[in-house]
Amino acid sequence: MTANAPTVTAEVKTRATPEERRATAIGVILVLLGAFVFWIFGLGVESGARSNFNLSLPGERFENLRWEVSSQWLAFIVAATLAFLGGFVLRRSQVKRTNLALAIGLSLFVLAFLTWAAADGSFSLVGMLRSSVLLSVPVTLGALSGLMCERVAVINIAIEGQLLTAAFVGTIMGSAWGIWAGLIGAMLTGALLGAVLAVLAIRYRIDQIIAGVVINIFALGLTSFLARRVLSEAQELNSPGRFPSIKIPVLGDIPVVGSLLFNHNMFVYVTFLLVIALHFGLFYTRWGLRSRSVGEHPKAADTVGIDVYRIRYRNVIYGGLIAGFGGAFLTLAQVSRFEENLTAGIGFIGLAAMIFGRWMPLGALGAGLVFGFARALQQKLGILGTPIPSEFLSMTPYIVTIIVVAGVVGRARPPAADGQPYIKD
Amino acid sequence: MRLELKGITKQFPGVLANDDVHLSVGEGEIVALLGENGAGKTTLMNILYGLYTPTSGEVLIDDEPLELHSPSDAIAAGIGMVHQHFMLVPVFTVAENVILGDEPAKRAGWLDKQRARKTVRDISSRYKLDVDPDAVIEDLPVGIQQRVEIIKVLEREARFVVFDEPTSVLTPTEVEGFFNIVNGLKNDGKGIIFISHKLGEALEIADRIVIMRRGRTVAEVLPADVDEEKLAELMVGRPVDLRVHKEEATPGDVVLSVEHLVVLDDRHQRAVDGLSLEVRAGEIVGIAGVQGNGQTELVESLTGMRPSLGGIVRLNGEDITTNSPRSIHKRNVAHVPEDRQKSGLVLSFTVTENIVLDSYYEAPVSRGILMNWSAAEERALRLVEEYDVRTPSVDVAVSTLSGGNQQKVIVAREFDRDVALVIASQPTRGIDVGSIEYIHSRIVEERDNNAAVLIVSSELDEITALSDRILVMYDGKIAGEFDPSASTTEIGLAMLGSQGEAGAM
Repeated sequence: MTANAPTVTAEVKTRATPEERRATAIGVILVLLGAFVFWIFGLGVESGARSNFNLSLPGERFENLRWEVSSQWLAFIVAATLAFLGGFVLRRSQVKRTNLALAIGLSLFVLAFLTWAAADGSFSLVGMLRSSVLLSVPVTLGALSGLMCERVAVINIAIEGQLLTAAFVGTIMGSAWGIWAGLIGAMLTGALLGAVLAVLAIRYRIDQIIAGVVINIFALGLTSFLARRVLSEAQELNSPGRFPSIKIPVLGDIPVVGSLLFNHNMFVYVTFLLVIALHFGLFYTRWGLRSRSVGEHPKAADTVGIDVYRIRYRNVIYGGLIAGFGGAFLTLAQVSRFEENLTAGIGFIGLAAMIFGRWMPLGALGAGLVFGFARALQQKLGILGTPIPSEFLSMTPYIVTIIVVAGVVGRARPPAADGQPYIKD
Repeated sequence: MRLELKGITKQFPGVLANDDVHLSVGEGEIVALLGENGAGKTTLMNILYGLYTPTSGEVLIDDEPLELHSPSDAIAAGIGMVHQHFMLVPVFTVAENVILGDEPAKRAGWLDKQRARKTVRDISSRYKLDVDPDAVIEDLPVGIQQRVEIIKVLEREARFVVFDEPTSVLTPTEVEGFFNIVNGLKNDGKGIIFISHKLGEALEIADRIVIMRRGRTVAEVLPADVDEEKLAELMVGRPVDLRVHKEEATPGDVVLSVEHLVVLDDRHQRAVDGLSLEVRAGEIVGIAGVQGNGQTELVESLTGMRPSLGGIVRLNGEDITTNSPRSIHKRNVAHVPEDRQKSGLVLSFTVTENIVLDSYYEAPVSRGILMNWSAAEERALRLVEEYDVRTPSVDVAVSTLSGGNQQKVIVAREFDRDVALVIASQPTRGIDVGSIEYIHSRIVEERDNNAAVLIVSSELDEITALSDRILVMYDGKIAGEFDPSASTTEIGLAMLGSQGEAGAM
């Protein structure tokens, strides 16, 4: 009478799932990239051209390491690999590996691009990677600050303002009383703005996005005004000096790796350590368990006697300290003077890195490195003199942000209570 | 040891939720607290658990008054609570949930996960709970999640345990297992308060039954002295007829036909997995099943709120698989959604505004870009009258109405036309007995007017009372078809997905 028997599902025809549709799109993109590499980077250079990559920096113990390759052949190999990867993804049998294929594909594309840009010339690969690491520091710190807050369900889009204000205070205090005083001042400034956000979001339950925007506008206005009024009058307050590079013995002398990782200023090392500490802190300690429970299901935390508000306040202020540390890096290590709107969106890119890194400290570092690389690439290409207009090059970090957040992340799951104020009845 | 609530009164703005309530429980005793939704049971328990402070009255253990300002105070006093909506973090493991707030730690707050696992295993084996400490909560069926809540309470060495509507999420078979666990706790000397609105269960498990109505304790009886009819009368305040009156169904043509439907849930898993069913004019088909077996996604897909991945849905022969909710609605499909506050009503809108939510865009309720409020109000007034919606006026926000009256607003809006198909999901969840009776009779009335009716409910009693035909849904598929006269054990087994003989019609 009715179709009530338990049905066999094998013969059911289904439309494509969202994952499968995405895989198809990515497969097509990889194939198109392959074609692009073949024609532009492959056929577009003279067949005899060679690209030189320097693998050491001047003055290192192992100088003159280099890698030389035929520009055209490399492009052909990359194009073939991209086509293969695209076909692999398009077969749809391995939907799970789509992201891996995309990551490999994009890295190869960048390699082919660099080879093309450096055809008949030389290019300091290590130099660019080293500045990627340096440029990733503020982004990673911004992401860590964001995840400190969002893990306890407070959305912090005020990272930008925290970085900027901290950088400003760091400059002034650093110029007046030395770099260490500048560092402390910057961190306290970040924490103070974190506390303001916490009070607005937790106590007064103001929409967290609006609270964050308000802090950002306030930070930009205040620092710009003071920079014009104070710093331009008293130039001596705008030269704080820098934290020196510290080469780690032995490790710093390893070719390539040494100059990439073990010959930096204190900020770089602390950032790495902080990533590791936060990873273990979040997933292996009482503090981390309680913090995560507050971000996922605050009511459950409350019913077992955890003070939801206190944990939120504390972590948002910790997040501010981290952002303040990142602000200090900008004016006490990267450059040693303050300018209006010096951050130019790094805080927001940090937020994107937090999402890209799936609210994980190690993910934040990985994402930070991707954004750092994009920025380093942009700077290097400006020097190299490619036919691409410099305005387009300076868009790179932001374009990478859009692509990464919209396309690559897929379905990252934020903490379940993210952005929701907790109301005790 | 004796836990006592004495003269508890709780005044909320405009509502007296508890009015001089008395309740006590001793060691090794099970007290059932019975009452309708809104009778004040949950408020009372929140006071006991330190979530609310009473306006007056006190909580005592052995005549010593307790200071309860937060759940930690209650936990410290030996009071544990298994909430109706589980207080578990879905992405944590069982062990992490159990230790949360009371974590065994080594130096520097480093968690001792080994010890946490051992605690869970010990309690689990002592009370025969059979729970894996490393399983992640969101992967576990609700029956097991409930056991995790019990382990949480036991880990904190509670002497008194409150269960708030513990069986509402369980299948009949799971309920038996649950009762065994509760009896185990009782024999271990725990005092137990069992909150419920299910009469049969209270009679079966309790040593003593306390009945609440409109914020007061109105009676205290022993199970031996009463039967279900009597309990229902005490609970509602008037004689209640618990049965649904209906004639034999006379099924006509197929109205709704679903073939091999596949629907994904929010996590992109197949929630409905190749399901087929038919509903005919003039019959009520009930879908039974434990929550989370794809019922929500099935209904959302049939009503156009969720795209399907495969399969065909036909309404009177016409393919409506990819139609929009409005186009399905306009084909005279009435939809009573599962969550009335989320997808049935706009809570801050008035009764009138909610009533015309389905017709605001066409005459007579609007003319061009302008609303015709007098026509809207006319419709609202007529329906409020016809469907017995108790509201001071049609201009009050629908959020101020009781659950039962909110549900009647939805039923009025959806049924006020020549309905071809009714799709009702949890039509009486959390509403009072009077409204339940009313809505059930309305649904039967639609059937008698030759509409096809599809009911989804996790309350098996409701399904057996209303349906002419019962389908059991398990793991996204129909796991069996039963006659309403089939035994609950048989249906209960199918709800757990056991591959037994599917009852034939």
